[in-house]
Parts: sequence; structure tokens; C-alpha cells
Amino acid sequence: MDREHLSFFRISRSKISGDFIFEVVVGFFALSILILAFLLFRELFVESGLSRNIFGLGFLTSSTWDPVKEVFGALPFIFGTLVSSFLALLIAVPFSLGIAIYLSELAPEKLRTPLSFIIELLASIPSVIIGLWGIFILAPFIRDYLAPPLSTYLGFLPLFQGPMYGPSMLTGGVILAIMIIPITSSVSREVIMTVPTHQREAALALGATGWETTQIAVLPYARSGIFGAVILGFGRAIGETMAVTMVIGNSQKISESLFSPSNTMASVIANQFSEATSNLHVSSLIEIGFLLLMISIIINIAARILVWKLLRVESGGRA
Amino acid sequence: MKWNKRKLIDMIMSNMSAACVVIAIIPLVSILYTVIINGISSINPDFLTQLPKPVGEPGGGLGNAIQGTFIVVGIASLIGLPIGILSGVYLSEYGENRFGRFVSFMADVLTGTPSVVAGMFGYTFIVLYFKSFSAIAGGVALSVLMIPIVTRTTEESLKLVPGSIKEASLALGIPKWKTTLYIVISTGKSGIITGALLAIARISGETAPLLFTSFGNMFWANGLDKPISTMPVQIYTYAIAPYPDWHAKAWAGALVLIILILVLNIGVRFITRRKYGM
Repeated sequence: MDREHLSFFRISRSKISGDFIFEVVVGFFALSILILAFLLFRELFVESGLSRNIFGLGFLTSSTWDPVKEVFGALPFIFGTLVSSFLALLIAVPFSLGIAIYLSELAPEKLRTPLSFIIELLASIPSVIIGLWGIFILAPFIRDYLAPPLSTYLGFLPLFQGPMYGPSMLTGGVILAIMIIPITSSVSREVIMTVPTHQREAALALGATGWETTQIAVLPYARSGIFGAVILGFGRAIGETMAVTMVIGNSQKISESLFSPSNTMASVIANQFSEATSNLHVSSLIEIGFLLLMISIIINIAARILVWKLLRVESGGRA
Repeated sequence: MKWNKRKLIDMIMSNMSAACVVIAIIPLVSILYTVIINGISSINPDFLTQLPKPVGEPGGGLGNAIQGTFIVVGIASLIGLPIGILSGVYLSEYGENRFGRFVSFMADVLTGTPSVVAGMFGYTFIVLYFKSFSAIAGGVALSVLMIPIVTRTTEESLKLVPGSIKEASLALGIPKWKTTLYIVISTGKSGIITGALLAIARISGETAPLLFTSFGNMFWANGLDKPISTMPVQIYTYAIAPYPDWHAKAWAGALVLIILILVLNIGVRFITRRKYGM
């Protein structure tokens, strides 16, 4: 009798403490993600202190980047990042939307999964290999076949003036577009697929064609989520490093022309960080990295909120 | 007439969106084609097993870079997989509270960390501390990219485990931690493994985090606290050099790397799909 009592006691005790220990252990690992985020932030913040003390806010607005004289301003790189990423969006968004619509609304059922798999496969190809392809295939292609007609027909715009040697802002934008199409299109597709079927059926029942259904019943419903997908692509473009570094030409000059070489925040870090010798140079590059981290975190938060809001409304509606 | 116009627009738009898909696939096909065509001629046993030779000398290979990639990715996995998987277990099984939702949100946000920033973190956190580029620093930088991915995929795949299974186990008097370990995790195992392998595939090709952490080395690995050669960095070095001979090696290296990554990627999806089918 006593033994029975004891064993019951033991089981219930071990149950409580086992659960408690397990929860604390896995909880600690979960906490480590917050610690990681904090460390990431702190390391870059502390190590960029020197540059922040010397240049202050002028770091963001000065366009002089001179490692010899030790004067550093990040404007050319902020400019390069913004222009190349917007260019990428300009190219990638229409394509991504077309892909998302086709794969969620219009394509034959059998083709949908394999086609989306193939498009997402592009995202798994390492950036350095896309850069290698960019140097030897894409840049010459743009120089020989895309730039001449642009300068002939749109040459009156400052955007398409000057000589084009291959590595340029334009090439960087195109390669970024190629790299963000998988994420933008797959998130848009997921968002479009959350549109309730009765929306479509209602439009179809009124006699709308497949495209009209997409236009009046599907896209308005998915708008904010698609916007989130676009922002997510933007965040990807801003942080993308290797492929851009290899094709953008690495020049510190701010130029109006898309044909001139340029540099992005990520590419200047990749190019100069391991060769930077002075403390101030290293610190300035780390400050660029810190800015890059902040921008991409803000962009990611915005995108997640937009995408999540839609997905949550949908799942709430179902429950 | 009006009806015809609507039908025409429908047809044009459908075809245009199909064309988007075709155009988006062209770069992929072109990349795979050029990598195979340019890379295949330089691939031979020597290329896979020998050390690189200086410029001008023929022959030589990427043996040390292949070895280095396995070492650095191995270090990253040793750090990233336990943290990622256990955090995912917490989020899915105990995470229905403010803290859990916040961690899940942060993990999601961290998946957007620019890879070059992860490299910088490896530099300031490890390289500056030990005053040397090292394989460990490279592994740490890669694990920064790996942890949030593994966390989220683990969380997602464990959330798919039906509640009825957990309840059945709990009803038998099995404590929650044992239920989690032996029932939930073993049911969601294939999802966790898929996520882990995809994360490994993803970081194996990363270059930017390694440029100033593991750096590079022309010799075989001689210690985890020393600079180490990796395939992506070696490909980058060869690609931007002005020597045609090095370009050929860059293509060959790219072919090896792409095969490694695509086999992981496609293989994983194939295996898991078949499992779910059964």
C-alpha cells in the first residue's frame, strides 16, 4: 500500500519537474533568438561608434568616400541601393504579378505545382553563381542588345546617356529583378490563393471571364498582401550582395545615367571590408552595415504585417 | 461584338501572364546551361581533390575549398540546428503567449538579415575577438542566417501535427515533455529534417558572410581557428580575376556547387513528397 502511494507520488512529481525543465530548456533556446537579434544590433552599433562620432548625421548626406584622406560619406551607396532596388522592382513586379496570377488562377491544374517549383528553384541558386553568369552572360547581353536601343530611342533622357561597358546600375537592377522574382511571385501567389473561392464563383456566375474575375474579385481582395510581397522583394533586393557586387561596376560616383557603374551599400562592404586597414574606414563600413540591417528589419516588419494581416483575417473567417 | 472584345482581352491577358512565367524561367535555364557547358570540361578527379595552383601554372583544383565548405557548413549546422530546432519546438508547443509570438515574429524578421551583415557580425563578434580570420567565425556567420530559417520551418511543421495525437498521448498520462519528444517531434520529423536540409543547402552557397570571416586559404585546412578556403569565396575570387584560366575554374567550381545544392534541394522535396504520399 505504501509502495503504491509512493510510486504514484513519484510519477506525479517527476511529471511536474520534467515538464518544467523541458519548458525552461526549450524556452531558453527560444530566448537565444532574441539574444541573437540583440547581439547583431549591439555589435554593429558599438563597432560603428567611431564613424558616428566623427561624421554624425553628415555621414548620410556626404558623397565623398575617400579612404586615403579618411573622409567617409555613405550617400553614393544609399543612392545606389535605392536606385538599383527600385529598378529591380520596376522590372520584377509586373512579372511576379503575372506569374502569381497565372499560377493561382489561370494555369491548368497539373502545371501549377511543377511550374512554381521551377520558379522557386531560381531562389536556391547561390548568389555568387548568378553573379558569375551576370559577368559573362548578362552584362555583355545588356551592353550589346538592351543598351543600344535604349540610348537610340530614349537617349534624350539623362537616364540612358553615356557609354555602356557592361557593368552598370542597369545590369545590377536587372540581376536584382531576376533574383527577387521568386520571392515576390511566390508570396503573391500564396496571398492570392487565400482569396475565398466564393469571391471567384460570384464573379464567374455574373458571366465574368477568367481575367475579369481575377481583376474584379481576386486582386482587390489580395491587394494589401501583394503590396507586402512587393515590399518583401524590396527588402531582398536591398540586402542582396554578391551578384550585385559582381556586375554593378563599383564606382563611388553618383551618376544620373543607368549606364554608369555604381555601388550599393552591400557591395561596397563586400568590396572594401577585408582590405580596409584604418579603424575609421572599418567603422564607416560597419555603419553602412548597421544602416542596411535597420532598413531591412523595418522593411521586413512592414511586409510581414501586411501579409500576416491578410492571412489572419482569412483564417479567422474560417474558424 | 462586345462579348468578343471581352473574350479577346481575357485571351490576351491569360497569354501575357503565361508569358511572364516563360520569361522568368529563361534566366534559370540560361544559368544552368552556361554553368554546365563552361564547367564540365574542367571537371576531373584532380579538380576535385587537388590544391589550387598559382596563376599561370596549369592544373590544380578546388579540393581544399570543397573540404572547407563542408567544415564551415558543419560548424554552422552544429550551432544552428540545435538552436533552431529547439526554438521551433518551444514556439509550436509552448509559444502561445506574448513571448512566444514575439520570438516567432523576430525569427521571421531575422530571415531578412542581409547576408553581408551576418558576415560583419561574424567579423566583429569572433574575428576581432580572436584576432584572426577563422573557420569558426565563418560558421558563426552562417549560423546567423540558418537559425531563423530552421526555427520557422520547425515551428510550422510541428504545428501541422494533429492535436488529437497529442491529446491521446496526454490522456494516457504521458507527461507533456515526453509527448513532445516522442509523439510530436517524431510525427513532425520529416518536416523538421526537410527544413534543416533546405537551410543547409541555402547556406552552403553563401559567399558574403564568409568574405571576412573564414576568408580564404590556398592550402588544406589546418585548424578551426585558421582562415579556411570555401567554394563560394573561391568561385568569387576566380570570377573577378582577369585570367581566363581562372574563369574556367570559376565555372567548374560553380558546377560542383550547383550540383551539391540542387541535389540537396530537389532530393529533399522528392523524398518528403513520397513519404507524405505513403
